[in-house]
Amino acid sequence: MGDTVVRTTAALPRWVVLIAVIGGLFVVVPLAAMALRVDWPRFIPLVTSESAEAALLLSLRTSLTATALCIVFGVPMALVLARTSFRGQQVLRSLVLLPLVLPPVVGGIALLYTFGRRGLLGSSLDVLGIDVAFSTTAVVMSQAFVALPFLVLSLEGALRSVGTRYEAVGATLGAGRWTVLRRITLPLVLPALVSGSVLSFARALGEFGATLTFAGSLQGTTRTLPLEVYLQRETDPDAAVALSLILVLVAVAVVGVAHRVRPLDGAAGPLPFRAPAMARP
Amino acid sequence: MSLTFRALLPERSFDVAFDLAPGETLAVLGPNGAGKSTLLTLVAGLLAPAEGRAELDGKVLFDVTARRSVLTEPRHRGVSLLAQEALLFPHLTALENVAFGPRSRGQHRAAARSTARDWLDRVGMGELASRRPSQLSGGQAQRVAVARALAADPSLLLLDEPLAALDVTVAPALRTLLRDVLADRSAIIVTHDPLDAFLLADRVLILEDGRIVEAGATAHVLTRPVTPFGARLAGLNLVEGQATPAGFRAANGLEVPLAEHAPVGARLALTVRPADVAVSRRAESGQGFSSVGAEIDDVEHRGDHVRVHAAGLAADVAPAAVVALGMAPGVPVFLGFRHEDATVYPV
Amino acid sequence: MMPRPALAPRRRAAPRSAPRSVARSAVVPVAVLLFTAACGSSGAPAGDAGGPDGAADGSVTVFAAASLRASFTDLAARFEEAHPGADVRLNVAGSSDLVTQIIEGAPADVFAPADTASMDRVEAAGLLRGTAVDIATNTLRLAVPSDNPADIASLADAARPGVRTVVCAEQVPCGAAAARIEEAAGIDLDPVSEESSVTDVLGKVASGEADAGLVYATDIRAAGDTVLGIDVPEASDAVTTYPVAALADASDPATAQAFVDFVAGPDGRAVLGAAGFGAP
Repeated sequence: MGDTVVRTTAALPRWVVLIAVIGGLFVVVPLAAMALRVDWPRFIPLVTSESAEAALLLSLRTSLTATALCIVFGVPMALVLARTSFRGQQVLRSLVLLPLVLPPVVGGIALLYTFGRRGLLGSSLDVLGIDVAFSTTAVVMSQAFVALPFLVLSLEGALRSVGTRYEAVGATLGAGRWTVLRRITLPLVLPALVSGSVLSFARALGEFGATLTFAGSLQGTTRTLPLEVYLQRETDPDAAVALSLILVLVAVAVVGVAHRVRPLDGAAGPLPFRAPAMARP
Repeated sequence: MSLTFRALLPERSFDVAFDLAPGETLAVLGPNGAGKSTLLTLVAGLLAPAEGRAELDGKVLFDVTARRSVLTEPRHRGVSLLAQEALLFPHLTALENVAFGPRSRGQHRAAARSTARDWLDRVGMGELASRRPSQLSGGQAQRVAVARALAADPSLLLLDEPLAALDVTVAPALRTLLRDVLADRSAIIVTHDPLDAFLLADRVLILEDGRIVEAGATAHVLTRPVTPFGARLAGLNLVEGQATPAGFRAANGLEVPLAEHAPVGARLALTVRPADVAVSRRAESGQGFSSVGAEIDDVEHRGDHVRVHAAGLAADVAPAAVVALGMAPGVPVFLGFRHEDATVYPV
Repeated sequence: MMPRPALAPRRRAAPRSAPRSVARSAVVPVAVLLFTAACGSSGAPAGDAGGPDGAADGSVTVFAAASLRASFTDLAARFEEAHPGADVRLNVAGSSDLVTQIIEGAPADVFAPADTASMDRVEAAGLLRGTAVDIATNTLRLAVPSDNPADIASLADAARPGVRTVVCAEQVPCGAAAARIEEAAGIDLDPVSEESSVTDVLGKVASGEADAGLVYATDIRAAGDTVLGIDVPEASDAVTTYPVAALADASDPATAQAFVDFVAGPDGRAVLGAAGFGAP
């Protein structure tokens, strides 16, 4: 094991390592620079001000709810994408993953035109007495919209790499579809589900553009931490920096958790049959 | 019949029909890509045929025609599957793996665990019940997999090269275990090892290009093969020929007189063990001996003897004889055998 | 050649210790690299401008408030037409963003924020060349969707329960102005959202999400038919003034000053007036 590490380092041309170091600095130095700008004596008062606390609590609450929504909808989506094949599946996958590459503000506009008061579904929802405009619900929707692809993507990848062999064995042992899903498929991809959820949570926590466009900004209702940072920057850059640091710390913790989750043993390998999937001629 | 099976899958040029008697074990052999695994997946329900019908103990597994399609779900087929790899669920202990089948078939947790414990004891894995698959060796895992497959109480057990991935030191013990559990059990075993067929199967089916080319009792197929593949499995030379007024004549000129005369023109097969084939530089003939002349195609070294290929025949000779006769590819020789060592039968 | 020292004096001169300068020296090369790549041929040599009466034919980078975008785009074109060889580059953002950028050393030649407070901050940092000139004023008006669903005719209507009114947050100039108006009128709007920019307020009203919002008169004019504007008498107590000034480190002071004079002159007055700005 020890010499594996040595060999890996030695096998790379030095200039590759050099470029990697520069790339790493490009990411790390700005964060460090920000940390150095923090007005430490005022740090605690700044991050515990009424508006900051309200923003932080709102952010945690909405991000957790959005993550739950991502799990509820993302798990079935990943299963459908990984375990079925139908016409237009590729297109559907691309569309589902679109929020990943879309500028969030575009997502906000799209949500506005769908669930807004004059949106595609807004007037129908209005009839039902549901009104999401300027509500915390709108924040959760914005966050779920941008965070969902993270969960779907990581879970679908895990489902594909685990393959259908264990599921096939389970089915021949007499397990129904729900049993196979509950006792085999989901436990096998649990690590990916956890890391996908953590990433979704992180993305939800950092959501800014879609929230700003779709939900608005009101303390305690729709002004999440990133919106608070953006606003504080106008008058009190020190408060903005302090709050940014809180976001960075949460993000670091979250990414750390996501990386600690390791896949189960034996999750990869050849297929038991050369034709693992149910195929109808 | 325990199992009747007929299925057509044109996209894999698969067209196979066979029956299996209750308690019978069928070995399916054939070259790679012959359709052996397709056969298993069709029975297990992991693949649907384009056309065909299969019944297991009177229960329809599939019944597909151009107009309708009945496909019983895998879990309702009463078919368990043991693959090359153990494929134990990595997140469950050995005991939980074995209890999975009984649980899925409606047993309560305690009853399922007790069933599982019994099976683990039977395969000699009782002491490792609480281990995770990652803590088991390949042979141990395969034993647990055997227990898991049987704990589900299948009407039919499917085995897909169950010993292929195992170390040679482990395979014999597991083969003995399989021989034990397969007795009086309906099973289909896909294998490329004739030893598995000899030791485990009552009947043999040889597939080539998605079609059955040989079928019958193990002893019969392995002593009277009618295809080159079957002959290779049986370790025999197979020479195809015709009945002549004098007896048997092959395309390479080999002639063997027969005591019982077949109708002239009938297709016949002659088999002879390579060890019974003699190689010489001059034509030898005489009472009760036939030979054919040809140039040597290949000479291969096989442990304590050398196998010489010529005229479509293989002959096993002593290394010293190879040197003495100067045998090498291209050298003209005569291959002959005593008539009493050959078997001729109609095909 | 860097157009200005890498580090301009900071607004808050609190004692900062060594670690930061270490970090800065690491950041600066990257910033230089990125900046050079982004700007290409930026920055005519300062010496080219000649004496105080040198021709205004250099390039000038103007940092302008978002609400000035349309007017300044127009004025830049007119200025280039009037001064062959001149090249005006516009960097448009929120005023406080621009202040931060300038204080952090961005290569700006002319600064045109949407309020005097922003100009004061730059002046306090010692970055102005001469003094600022006021070029326009802007007044808040009430914007409602073109079909006016909540039937709003006055600021009092916008404060009715059930009416969704959106304003700027007090931290930004339009929100500060809105707060002064509320105070003057003795009305508490109880907004459903306090946006970070006037653009967001207008967007919420134009899309019909909100029933009313306080935005600048120029925004309502620019929005055309999508919103209706309603005058708010108390807005006269909270008129926003737009100053403009050349910056101390301008790479081509003559051209920078020429542009300031141009927007403060009759051409500027005409264009700004057409956009709905009031006279200073």
